[in-house]
Amino acid sequence: MSESSVLQVNGLKTSFFMDKTEVPAVDHVDFDLKQGEIIAIVGESGCGKSVTSLSIMGLVPHPPGKVVGGEVFFNDEDLLKVSESKMRDIRGNEIAMIFQEPMTSLNPLFTIGNQITEAILIHRKWSKKQAKAKAIEYLKLVGLPRAEALMNEYPHQLSGGMRQRVMIAMAMVCEPKVLIADEPTTALDVTIQSQILALMKRLNQKLNTSIILITHDLGVVSEICERVIVMYAGKIVEEADVKTIFEHPEHPYTKGLIQSVPDIRNKKERLYSIPGNVPIPGSIKKGCRFADRCEFVMDRCREKTPELISIEGDHKVRCFLHQESEEQN
Amino acid sequence: MFSYTIRRLLMLIPVLFGMTFIVFFMIRAIPGDPAQVILGQLATEEAINNLRAELGLDQPWFTQYFEYLKQLLTLDLGESLRTRTAVSEEIWPYMAATFELSFVALLIAVVVGVNAGIISAWFQKSWFDYTAMVVALVGVSMPIFWLGLMEQWIFSVQLDWLPPSKRENVKNPVETITHFYLIDSLIQGRMDQFVDVVKHLIMPGIALATIPMAIIARITRSSMLEVLRSDYIRTARAKGQKMFWVVYKHSLKNAVIPVLTVIGLQTGLLLGGAILTETIFSWPGIGRYIYNAIEYRDYPVIQSGILIVATIFVLINLIVDLLYAFIDPRIKYN
Ligand SMILES: Nc1ncnc2c1ncn2[C@@H]1O[C@H](COP(=O)(O)OP(=O)(O)O)[C@@H](O)[C@H]1O
Ligand code: SF4
Ligand SMILES: [Mg+2]
Repeated sequence: MSESSVLQVNGLKTSFFMDKTEVPAVDHVDFDLKQGEIIAIVGESGCGKSVTSLSIMGLVPHPPGKVVGGEVFFNDEDLLKVSESKMRDIRGNEIAMIFQEPMTSLNPLFTIGNQITEAILIHRKWSKKQAKAKAIEYLKLVGLPRAEALMNEYPHQLSGGMRQRVMIAMAMVCEPKVLIADEPTTALDVTIQSQILALMKRLNQKLNTSIILITHDLGVVSEICERVIVMYAGKIVEEADVKTIFEHPEHPYTKGLIQSVPDIRNKKERLYSIPGNVPIPGSIKKGCRFADRCEFVMDRCREKTPELISIEGDHKVRCFLHQESEEQN
Repeated sequence: MFSYTIRRLLMLIPVLFGMTFIVFFMIRAIPGDPAQVILGQLATEEAINNLRAELGLDQPWFTQYFEYLKQLLTLDLGESLRTRTAVSEEIWPYMAATFELSFVALLIAVVVGVNAGIISAWFQKSWFDYTAMVVALVGVSMPIFWLGLMEQWIFSVQLDWLPPSKRENVKNPVETITHFYLIDSLIQGRMDQFVDVVKHLIMPGIALATIPMAIIARITRSSMLEVLRSDYIRTARAKGQKMFWVVYKHSLKNAVIPVLTVIGLQTGLLLGGAILTETIFSWPGIGRYIYNAIEYRDYPVIQSGILIVATIFVLINLIVDLLYAFIDPRIKYN
């Protein structure tokens, strides 16, 4: 584990077992997250982004899901091997998570105050009063007005954007080292989206929290991330810093994703979208998983599976277009 | 909320009015004459006619009904034809007996049913789940009288663990204050009697609890399964919350809403089942009270008894509706 990385994922494999057949939703994913860094995991819906984050949290719905291989190093410990009670100490305390659906991710029957102080009191031996003060402090920190009054309100009284702020306050209140944000802005409208992203960036700078931002929208990525991981059908297909991804994307899938980002200056043009759909995990037995949708597909793409290789520094790609030399030898 | 409650209570009036009408004429449609029953087979025609006149039974039905309503408006429930005591005076001990039994049965049904439902949902498709759901399926269709008789045969006749019937040991009766024997024996510090009362409550309590318990277990299981899959449960787990609290704080409160509906509906069944259970276990409750009154064609007792049971049923359902709003802040009545 390198000096500055807080979280290191090696060969993570998570499968769902449906009628005794194994469906690998996440297939040998490796990445690491450095202290204070914001990385993005990008890919269309169904590529295994949520399953990756739930695997790190130890929250894969079981049955039918199960982490079947790999390592997740955090604080020199493999989270896939620690006990459930140890994992509970880490969840919410050192690694926190927020979800896509702000409308349904808060319990409708408890007040905002109750749910935030709960997050504190699980991990801190504080008095109710201290916890309340802290909760109010964090509601203010995420930019919510009337923080004191909000404590006694119920989720249904808040808008989607406010609820997502509450979720962020709840996730950050124990000052975790890592925040996993699974499509935190997908359900929100555009102006609220950039406010929430700006808020995450601010918290990242203020508290030095490392963030994994999961999204299917590359537009979101350019706003706050430093490094981008592109996932396709359970595998990482490209990884690079954000500038490289946008300026020199190498994988045909990444190129397609970038073309489909709505361009604000070019409203007349019809939005591009990659033809076809993400294959059902496990349905492609051999070859490149993107082959059916790739405009550069070659014969060998259907025969062998390309490896993720480094083409320049930290820029990694999984595509035969970049493995010529190796093949010729 | 307050005005809603008032409105619901006002709506009770036409409902109960309709009830009195139906009950009044239905019981008079049963063949048999109270005067005849009271005086016996050997009574002379004249004696019977005199008694009928005295009781006002010689009047046309609608006149009798009108008199009865006038009585009710002054909150007078009438007088038993048989005992010549005011119904309002003699009904309480019977009601207390039924309340005590129903309360114990509901307690058993809710505690066992809800927990079995939770465990089944949590360990879905485990042996516990399968067993509990088969038992619940059997329980729902259990004939209460058969269950009651089996209980008596096993626990009283064969094992001699529990008394076969009645509310108390008649040789050592509880001195009544509230007529809730559990409370009366406790406030007098009579632990021996308390234990005796509990023993008497077990078998009828279980018999009466069986069907609602089975229904509650099944409803709890299915609503829990739905709640456990919800996003806020994932949030609670992502906070590092313990499984126990995830279930009992976050899930149960949400899952309890449909359970509450069932409880509201089941109290009707509970009161109905009480008549059967009270008969098998010679339980001196309101069911027995009305049942005996029917035998004697004791019209005022039947009318008022059923009216009271109906009122209780409607009130319990009102309470259930108010509880929804108490549990779920999204529900507002206005
Ligand atoms: N609860 C589940 N049961 C069965 N399969 C699942 C479940 N959750 C996810 N999967 C599988 O994992 C794949 C990846 O899902 P997910 O990680 O949610 O995608 P993403 O978050 O990238 O949209 C899905 O295509 C699906 O096949
Ligand atoms: S390996 Fe072949 S099919 Fe896959 S992305 Fe590269 S060129 Fe396209
Ligand atoms: Mg997802």
